[in-house]
Amino acid sequence: MKLREIAHSRTGDKGNTSNISVIAYDAKHYPLLLEQVTADRVKQHFAGVVEGDVVRYELPNISALNFVMDQTLGGGVTRSLALDAHGKSLSSALLDLEIDDGPGS
Amino acid sequence: MMRTIRIGSGAGYSGDRIEPAVELAEKGEIDYLVFECLGERTVALAQQARMKNPESGYEPLLEERMRAVLPLCAAKGIKIVTNMGAANPEAAAKKTAEIARALGLSKLKVAAVVGDDVLDACKANDLPIMEFEGTVKQLGNKLLSANAYLGAEPMAEALTRGADVVITGRASDPALFLAPMVHAFGWAMDDWNLLGQGTVAGHLLECAGQITGGYFADPGYKDIPDLARLGFPIGEVGEDGSLVVTKVPGSGGAVTAQTCKEQLLYEVHDPRRYFQPDVVADFSDVSVEEIAPDRVRINGGRGSKRTDTLKVSVGYVDSFIGEGQISYAGPGALARGRLALDIVRERLKLTGVASSELRFDLIGVDSLHGRQVSAHGNEPYEVRVRVTGRTENLREAVRIGNEVETLYTNGPAGGGGAWKSARDVVAVASVLLPRELARPQVRFVEA
Repeated sequence: MKLREIAHSRTGDKGNTSNISVIAYDAKHYPLLLEQVTADRVKQHFAGVVEGDVVRYELPNISALNFVMDQTLGGGVTRSLALDAHGKSLSSALLDLEIDDGPGS
Repeated sequence: MMRTIRIGSGAGYSGDRIEPAVELAEKGEIDYLVFECLGERTVALAQQARMKNPESGYEPLLEERMRAVLPLCAAKGIKIVTNMGAANPEAAAKKTAEIARALGLSKLKVAAVVGDDVLDACKANDLPIMEFEGTVKQLGNKLLSANAYLGAEPMAEALTRGADVVITGRASDPALFLAPMVHAFGWAMDDWNLLGQGTVAGHLLECAGQITGGYFADPGYKDIPDLARLGFPIGEVGEDGSLVVTKVPGSGGAVTAQTCKEQLLYEVHDPRRYFQPDVVADFSDVSVEEIAPDRVRINGGRGSKRTDTLKVSVGYVDSFIGEGQISYAGPGALARGRLALDIVRERLKLTGVASSELRFDLIGVDSLHGRQVSAHGNEPYEVRVRVTGRTENLREAVRIGNEVETLYTNGPAGGGGAWKSARDVVAVASVLLPRELARPQVRFVEA
């Protein structure tokens, strides 16, 4: 299934850095997020978009992850050549990630 | 009994809708109305305007907003706090007092907070730029402005001295909300946990509609009613820092655990260290609980000691950007769009357009996330070619759009709707200024 089925997401911007939250609709899916939505996978998913490091922060209280992606916004929101200079549409791309929910679930 | 104040958030950015703020003043039973209107580079652009006209340089919608809310706020005793002063808080305060007088509200006390302009201090100390190699001085005559993110103290002082309207330039966005809490409850400026929880409240409220269902709806997954009449949020804050986020009953949108969680992490990096001028806030233990329809309780914000520096936003003239677009549709649209990009790529080389960076997009195909991420998309019915480039001067920038426009008669079949632009780019970078070098002051203006 797609990540979109179990989580929602929002993108924020600061300078040349984008952050994307991934929030489980239901706390029972938080372990799936922890296990499968890793910083490495997110970096791979955004090949050609994220030029820098991806760091993941965990927020178990709200069943959420926060990905901070360096060098992602074309040199910075205020000078980028990109159509979506803020990267606001990136969260929707991340929700396209494939999640393996195991046999029988 | 514990005291509680109700703070309404009347704008999440400069161009935001105005009638939700009027609705808050009218029906929100609020004590404070906050307008957050300053984007990252707005102060730099406003500084350019002020250099041309010393009485300008504040938020363009200030007059319209003030006319819309001042009569209601004055009648109900609602205090206004806003960063609509941009590069000229004193002129904004004078204009507001003038509007108040014209509306017959001559008793209104309007205060400006000045001192965020730290250009001289940044030059004198030649501070290093955080985002790239170089210093403030090395920006030379490209340097436009340097404004420190001020904290809640001067705004709280203005309220305590009786201001009905407080107008700042650059201040931290959450601090606009923290100021009424500090004023109303007398919070100590070293009670880090209270300041941390107050910062959580300010952070959640500062983007207005983004916590009541804006920037959220995804049909079939996350549905939100009545976005055309989106209500803006109200924070009910107790003197112990307790917080409930809600909105005007009957307004559009929704306040749910989901909308609050998304906004909690919006523009946050390390949730344990959210740097503010007044505190380093810690969001890692925050909990979110729906207690009634459109009422969400937020607990657990904490904080630790503030840093010795203030973040300063430095505005500078960066470069020029030239751009051109043209559309293709019907069978083969994608191939013709790609051919068009190839032609422009070659033309820019052949004719020697000088650029430091170029970008070739097909809108509808790969313009948002690049060719790799977009590779699995289907053939679209129509595509829009977009070519952008960074240049050192306007003349070169103009040539980029021209090379797209000439596709009309020189490019693939059926190109329509060409459009071009060339503009200068004011960008911002950051420096850290020793805190004591910024000296904010409160100045009252007679209505």
